[in-house]
Amino acid sequence: MKNPYLEISHIGIEFATDGEPFRALQDVDLSIDKGQFVSLIGHSGCGKSTVLNIIAGLYEASEGGVILEGREVDKPGPDRAVVFQNHALLPWLTVYQNVELAVKRVFRKTKNKAEMHEWIEHNLSLVHMDHALHKLPGEISGGMKQRVGIARCLAMQPKVLLMDEPFGALDALTRAHLQDSLMEIQTSLGNTVIMITHDVDEAVLLSDRIVMMTNGPAATIGEILDVNLPRPRDRLALAEDADFIHYRQQVLEFLYDKQKNPQIEKKPTDSARKLQEVACKPASSQDDAAVDTGKTTTGTDKTRAA
Amino acid sequence: MTDLAAIFRNEQGIARFSISQLSSIARTVGKTLALPLAGILIFLMLWQGVANNINTSLGQFPGPVQVWEQSKGLLAEHQRERKKAAAFYQRQEDRNAKRLAKNPDAEVKIRSYTGKATFLDQVITSLYTVSFGFLIATVIAVPLGIVCGLSEKVYQSVNPIIQTFKPVSPLAWLPLVTMVVSALYVTDDPMFEKAFLTSAFTVALCCLWPTVINTTVGVTSIDRDLVNVSRVLQLPSLVHVRKIVIPSAIPMIFTGMRLSLATGWMVLIAAEMLAQNPGLGKFIWDEFQNGSSDSLGRIMVAVVTIGLIGFLLDRLMLLLQKRISWDKQAILR
Repeated sequence: MKNPYLEISHIGIEFATDGEPFRALQDVDLSIDKGQFVSLIGHSGCGKSTVLNIIAGLYEASEGGVILEGREVDKPGPDRAVVFQNHALLPWLTVYQNVELAVKRVFRKTKNKAEMHEWIEHNLSLVHMDHALHKLPGEISGGMKQRVGIARCLAMQPKVLLMDEPFGALDALTRAHLQDSLMEIQTSLGNTVIMITHDVDEAVLLSDRIVMMTNGPAATIGEILDVNLPRPRDRLALAEDADFIHYRQQVLEFLYDKQKNPQIEKKPTDSARKLQEVACKPASSQDDAAVDTGKTTTGTDKTRAA
Repeated sequence: MTDLAAIFRNEQGIARFSISQLSSIARTVGKTLALPLAGILIFLMLWQGVANNINTSLGQFPGPVQVWEQSKGLLAEHQRERKKAAAFYQRQEDRNAKRLAKNPDAEVKIRSYTGKATFLDQVITSLYTVSFGFLIATVIAVPLGIVCGLSEKVYQSVNPIIQTFKPVSPLAWLPLVTMVVSALYVTDDPMFEKAFLTSAFTVALCCLWPTVINTTVGVTSIDRDLVNVSRVLQLPSLVHVRKIVIPSAIPMIFTGMRLSLATGWMVLIAAEMLAQNPGLGKFIWDEFQNGSSDSLGRIMVAVVTIGLIGFLLDRLMLLLQKRISWDKQAILR
C-alpha cells in the first residue's frame, strides 16, 4: 500500500487545568493525498484549531503523531504554512516586506535577489494585491490583509497550506471573492490545503473532502464526506445543483441533528464551561503540565487553541 | 452648473466658516492656554502669599518676584563670566602675537580660563551627567528586559533581584559607588572626573529598573499570532528579536525609558550634592552652605529649572518615540 502524503495518525491531546486534565482531542485519524483540499468543520470549541495547530507543529500531540511525506512533524516549519484567522501580518512592515520576510527565509539559498523580488510580486499578484505593495497593513481593508496573509503562505511553497478559519472575520461579499480567488489558485497550483471553517457552503464549495468533527471534550472525527463535484466550480451554477444541495444537506444533518450545538442543546455547567475556556486559551501552566501526559513538550506551545 | 453652485456655496461658506473658525480658535485657546495660565497665576499668588509669611534665618522665603530677580542675576553673572573668559583669551592672543612678531621662533601657549562655573555651566554638566547615566542604564536594561520577556526561566530568576534593588535610594548606593570608582578608576590621564562617574553610575543604578520591567512586559505581551508566524518561518532568534519582538515592544520600551529618565533626573540632583559633581545638585548644596540672603532665591531658581528641564526631557523622549515608532497613528501622551 502506498503511504499517504500527509498522515494524521491517532492523535489526541490533553490540556492541564487546575483540576483534572482536559482531553480536547481523542484518536483523530486522517490521511490526505497530495493536492487535496480538505475542510474541517464542527461546532466552536470542538478542537478543529487544535488539530490544525498540531499539524502545524505549534502544539505537540499527547499521543499519536503527524507524518508529512514520510517525516514526522516535530516542530513548526515553512513547509506547513499557516493562514491565521486574523491575518497575523506584521503591522510595521509593508505588504511587500511581509511577504519578503517569508521569501527571504525560505529561499535564502535557492533564489537570488532579483528572483526573490519577482517571486514576491508574482505571489502578491496571484491574490490581486500587486497594486498595494508598499502599503502598511493598517492602511488596507480586512479582506486585503487576508489576501496578503494568503500570499505570504503561498510564497513559501508549502507542502500543506493550513488555513484557520481564513475568511471567518470577513463580510459575506469579501468572503465570496476570496473563496473564488482561493479556488482559482488551488486549481492552478495544486496545493494541498487543510481549511477550518464554520461555513457549510464554504466547505462544500471548496473541498474535495469534508471532515466533520464531533463535539468536545474528547472530540474526534465523526464523518468524512467526499465531495465529487467537477472543477472548476461556479458558485452560481452550484447553488441550484442537486448534488451540491445534497452534500450541503448531509453536512447540515451532521452538525444540527447528529451533533447538536452543545451550547444550544443545554447550558453547559459552570465546570464544563470553565474547562472549555481553559482549552481555548492554554496558559503557561498548561505547557508545564502537558509534560505529565506522557510526552515532553517544548514549553513554548502557548498558541491559541480557539 | 454644478461648478457655479459649488462656487456660490463656497462664497457663502467662507463667511460662515470664518466666524465659526474664530469661535473655534477662541475655544481652543481657552482650553489650551487660558486654563493652564489661570492655574499658574493662582499658584503664583498663593506662593507669594505663603512666602511672605515664612521667615528663615536666611531671610524671607523667596516668592516668585525674588526668584525672577535671582534668575536674571544668575544670567547676568553667566554673561559677565563669559566676557571675562573672552577677554582673558584675547589678552593671551595679543601677547602671543606680539611675542611672535619679535621672535618668530618663540614658544607660545594658551592657558585655559579657570573662572568659576556659572549656573548655566552647571545645568549643562547635569544634563551631560544624566545623559551618560541614562545611556548606560538603557544599554543594559533594554537587552535584559528583552531576554526576561522572551524566557520565563530567566524572568523567574532575575525578578527577585529586580524587585529587591528597585526601591533602593540613590543615597544608599552613593557611598558604595564612590568607593568602587575610586578603587577601580585609576589612570594618570583621566578622561572623566571621578565625581562625574560616581554620579552617572548612581543614576544608572537607580534608573535601570523601570526600563527593564516595562520592556519585559512589552515583550511578553506580543501578539501570539505574530510569534507563531515567526515559529512557522523558523526565524533565527536574532531575526525574531529584530523583526518581531522589538517593533512590538517599542511602545512599552519607551514608556520604561521615559520613567527611567525621569527617575534618573531626580536621582542625579541628590547624587551630585554628595558626590560634588559640578552640576545643579552641587549648585544647590553650595548655595545652602553659602547662606547669603540671596541663597534661598537662587536655590528656588534651581528648583524651577530642574522641574522645567525634567519636563523638557520627557517631551524629548516623546518626540524620539514618535520618530522611531512604526505606528504613526498612535496617540502618545
